[in-house]
Amino acid sequence: MHDTISFYLNGELKTLRGVAPTQTLLRYLREDEKLCGTKEGCAEGDCGACTVNVSALSADGTVKREAINACIRFMPSLEGASITTVEGLAHDIDTPHRVHQAMMDSDASQCGFCTPGFVMSLYTAYRNRTMLPLAAANDVLAGNLCRCTGYGPILHAAEKIGCVAKAVDQGEDDRVELEQLRSLDHQELVEIKHGAARAFLPATSDQLAKVYAAHPGATLISGATDVGLWVTKARRNLPKVIFLNRVRDLTSIKRSEHELIIGACVTYSGAIGILAQAYPDLGELVRRIGAVQVRNAGTIGGNIANGSPIGDMPPALIALDAKLVLRHGMQRRTVSLEDFFLAYGRQDRKPGEFIEAVHVPLSAAANELKCYKISKRFDQDISALCGCFNIKMSNDRVIAARIAFGGMAATPKRALSVEAALIGKRWDRPTVELAMQEFTKDFTPISDMRASADYRLRVAQNLLLKCFIEMETPLTQTRLVGHGNTFL
Amino acid sequence: MNGESNISGQASDENVSRSRGSVSSSVVHDSAFKHASGQAIYVDDIPMPEGCLHIFVVISTCAHAKIGAVDFCAAWESEGVVAVISGDDIPGVNDIGPIISDEPLFAIGAAGGIVECEGQALFAVAALSLDAARAAAAKVKIDYEDLPALLTIEDAMGAKSWLETPYKMTRGDVGAAMRASPHKIGGQIYIGGQEHFYLEGQAALVVPGEDGDVTVYCSSQHPTEIQHKVAGVLGVSFNAVTVEVRRMGGGFGGKETNGNLPAAVAALVAKLTGQAAKVRYDRDEDMIMTGKRHDFRIGYHVGFDDDGRIHSIIMDQAARCGWSQDLSLAICDRAMFHADNCYYLANVEINSYRCKTNTVSNTAFRGFGGPQGMVAIERVIDEIAFKLGKDPLEVRRINFYAAEKDTVSDRNVTPYHMKVEDCVIGEIVDELVVSSDYQARRTEIAEWNAGQPLLKRGIALTPVKFGISFTKTHLNQAAALVHVYSDGSVHLNHGGTEMGQGLFIKVAQIVAEAFQININRIKITPTNTGKAPNTSATAASSGTDLNGMAALDACTKIKKRLVDFASSKWCIARDKVEFRPGGVRIGDNELTFNELIAEAYLARVSLSATGFYATPKIEWDRATGIGRPFFYFAYGAAVSEVVIDPLTGEHRLLRVDILHDVGKSLNPAIDLGQVEGGFVQGAGWLTSEELVWDEAGRLKTHAPSTYKIPTASDRAPDMKIAIWKRGANREETIYRSKAVGEPPLMLGISVLMALSDAAASATGRVCYPSLDAPATPERMLQVITGGWG
Repeated sequence: MHDTISFYLNGELKTLRGVAPTQTLLRYLREDEKLCGTKEGCAEGDCGACTVNVSALSADGTVKREAINACIRFMPSLEGASITTVEGLAHDIDTPHRVHQAMMDSDASQCGFCTPGFVMSLYTAYRNRTMLPLAAANDVLAGNLCRCTGYGPILHAAEKIGCVAKAVDQGEDDRVELEQLRSLDHQELVEIKHGAARAFLPATSDQLAKVYAAHPGATLISGATDVGLWVTKARRNLPKVIFLNRVRDLTSIKRSEHELIIGACVTYSGAIGILAQAYPDLGELVRRIGAVQVRNAGTIGGNIANGSPIGDMPPALIALDAKLVLRHGMQRRTVSLEDFFLAYGRQDRKPGEFIEAVHVPLSAAANELKCYKISKRFDQDISALCGCFNIKMSNDRVIAARIAFGGMAATPKRALSVEAALIGKRWDRPTVELAMQEFTKDFTPISDMRASADYRLRVAQNLLLKCFIEMETPLTQTRLVGHGNTFL
Repeated sequence: MNGESNISGQASDENVSRSRGSVSSSVVHDSAFKHASGQAIYVDDIPMPEGCLHIFVVISTCAHAKIGAVDFCAAWESEGVVAVISGDDIPGVNDIGPIISDEPLFAIGAAGGIVECEGQALFAVAALSLDAARAAAAKVKIDYEDLPALLTIEDAMGAKSWLETPYKMTRGDVGAAMRASPHKIGGQIYIGGQEHFYLEGQAALVVPGEDGDVTVYCSSQHPTEIQHKVAGVLGVSFNAVTVEVRRMGGGFGGKETNGNLPAAVAALVAKLTGQAAKVRYDRDEDMIMTGKRHDFRIGYHVGFDDDGRIHSIIMDQAARCGWSQDLSLAICDRAMFHADNCYYLANVEINSYRCKTNTVSNTAFRGFGGPQGMVAIERVIDEIAFKLGKDPLEVRRINFYAAEKDTVSDRNVTPYHMKVEDCVIGEIVDELVVSSDYQARRTEIAEWNAGQPLLKRGIALTPVKFGISFTKTHLNQAAALVHVYSDGSVHLNHGGTEMGQGLFIKVAQIVAEAFQININRIKITPTNTGKAPNTSATAASSGTDLNGMAALDACTKIKKRLVDFASSKWCIARDKVEFRPGGVRIGDNELTFNELIAEAYLARVSLSATGFYATPKIEWDRATGIGRPFFYFAYGAAVSEVVIDPLTGEHRLLRVDILHDVGKSLNPAIDLGQVEGGFVQGAGWLTSEELVWDEAGRLKTHAPSTYKIPTASDRAPDMKIAIWKRGANREETIYRSKAVGEPPLMLGISVLMALSDAAASATGRVCYPSLDAPATPERMLQVITGGWG
């Protein structure tokens, strides 16, 4: 049995025994390795000051290089990975890294505290040969907050870096990295003991099923974008945890004629391409979940399992009538996603049972699914509410409607009365206006720091109207950001 | 991406290398590589001395309460704990208030005490690790007995809970002019506060020394005040405390006074235990414990004529100051000083109410009250224009102060009776109207809006006039220390602190210019109270104006000695000694700077000097409200264009054009960075940055997950920023430059006014959309729909 974790840190092999299951990578870097270039700005994955590059082998044997937030990444999850921190780039002012040079040439730092995080987001893009024209650069940097510059100089640097990344031969770096990752690759279950605490790192879904059945009280940790905060913010002690990030057979996406089958451990970043292709609005919704660092870590299965009332993806998936495959040991069952959410904080998941896959029907036409996320800021924000509409028409009449909202109730939930007021009716403004009145029957939202109950209800109603306008007059400009917006 | 917004826009065309670094060249920030490579050291990165203790500060969870007797035993007995300290353990005075003594370091001792806001420090635990300190602190039971709390401006105004008697500025005959005005309107705007959200939270590391002395390493804009408050708490004289600040990871005013607490707590622990001690707030603690920009409610009554010219105006400014005074009085004063912005107010009355509430003590924030005062008058102008059916720009222009060049007009006196002698806003706006294509775009937007069933766009141009100088006149002084070592390398020190604004590089450029040496020969050193004493905060945008002059004074003294020496040694007239790039010309001889220094050293010439500067001309009599509080004004203007979704209230900023006056720029790259960063911070304040408290007075937005500062995509995709080429300070400032730290923040007001314009279009211009700030989607939807609930 493996009881250590091994990883590369700035090219150097590290093997740790008995690491605390919820020690964060940030604390390890700053406190144990004295690598203080990686900063703590928020300890919740929202500012990016702790961004580092983590490379790992994908299921297909290629290297996946990703920017992640070290503040909410737990050490055991780095088994088999290669980590590059800002210290790994260059130390000598006479031989700066190209990313450093671009930042300096663009006057892209002022106080400098956020800068290493920006550098690492850009470094990751550089290693991935990502071109960074404005929209792409905005996306790559959305998870990095800067309070000084106003971002212009950093975006300028990004553009330069995108251009040189393609021109520079990085082949040798790639080869070394691949070799290192392969040398650490194995399929054994890792079990780490730290005092009375335990961490398990299964490498396959069968190992996961077995270990979770044996330890049903354990906390499953996938991207830790939520569980990370239980530790860094709520300061909870998690005595027994199972990490899912090595379970490669849950990271595939299969496409059939009728549905997409998404493995529970597919990250948002892994899913965004195919989802955007199937449903452009769903792709846009995923683009607005967190930012790059969060989407690289967070998984579709984790998003559903944590049962947030806001839900990020669930409103859209409920509107599409997605199904979950739940597994306990070798037992599997299928539930529809809308039935999975029982009440606030409660889901239809038995002890030892985990989500194995999400089945997303492809029955709606690409543009039939309309998703609207409303928040105070477009990027890296949590919905005040999120409305998703899947309305089918025949001869000007609504023949089917699935409308689901997040942020309007204790769970992501369908607007059944609204749907009923539409089905069978002529799809016109009077119908829509009558149906808008039905929202009060479906939802009694709460007021919180994101929005008031009144606002939520009013906007939910207006979103139905917006959906109507978009379907009736598709050429009308209705979008401020993302696909379909005609502004710069 | 528009390259103009970056260094290419206004950067010096000189063919000098960026390292030579004389004034007016775009030298890169001195720490740029250290920032990018992670080698810049912030307080939390300093290697900790052996046995350094970690301190957790326990805070109140109630807004106003009586706390009964407290038993600290459980904390003392907890694993790893070395000290538990409360109000009972302070050898000096239990106070860290910056202006008056109304801010206890710890609210309680063993006998309990009173807390006046959520987040107020109760006591602290020092342990071998922060986790241990935190765990120990959690074991102490605090019994709160709630007292009635005043949480909002309305609460405080109702209870007349004020930090001081309402203060008034007045000029002319407001009543008569109001009665005679053809048009009158009245209204009110609520302007939310703002969290600084410096990326580096508050932190202090204190190392004990001999004789009970302490050295404080902290992240502060005001090392001297830290020195004073630490000395006060320890009960020692100022000379027993040395404070050093290398850099801050952002300040924005949030580290002018709010660093007092962590430094004093760490010093206390160091003193009591003899061990080094460190405090570092995490983000949530920082946001709950530290003061913010004051939220204001400003009511107005204005009388004006058919052209929109203001004849009479009364403004009632009510600010939420929080539980203690901090800097609130001066901040509220500055709000009054900027209630006019660029506009001549012939008959004016400004009333200021400084509300004392049971909320965190609000503090300095870039603009220091000025932005709030300015938002209100811009709102007034906007509403006048709406009422008259005019383009707000027209109303703005007609009310501008008389131009610098206009020697006839008497429309040049402020509400505080200071003559505006340097008004260039008209020229700047004229240029910006052309460069931004304002008129054509306004027409195009109106046409576009008419053709759109859903989305609406809006545009606005707003000006800025910002007074430069501390309004507490005595603060306008600075000290510097310059050593030239015998190898010709220079050690530079001054009282200003570096928070990212580029002060250190600008002052180094001034020294490089003075000695005509390459800037890489100058060692920039941390601000240290042992080197430059009795300093003022690096605040009020004054850093370069004051410290640059002080450094120049030190250089001038050394140069004078060198000239005296050279003239005597080479028997040549003093005016034949000239410092030039590459060396010093002494008659027909040319020595390198290093050679001259080596010679001077051998001849026993002092190569070290202190420098000093005190701003001339300024005076201010607060009792009469008359004087010249400002040395000069900095100007700028911005055009913002937005688009809104009237069904959801969401908006996007589409295009921004800025023309800003920095006088003769010392460093165009640095100045552009301040302009852009200031604008975006101001736009964030007025749009997405919303502070929310619950009904018990607890802050609900205490981390970036809930408090939304702008991110990259919030920046307008089309952003053209230029430094006003004709700018030159008419006053004798350092190389005729102008302060740039705060003024650009207020360019962000153009975004709020553009949103107001878009909202008016969305409602068919039937009634004025009184949009409060921040203009969140919710507030926008409320003004469009006429409210609800």
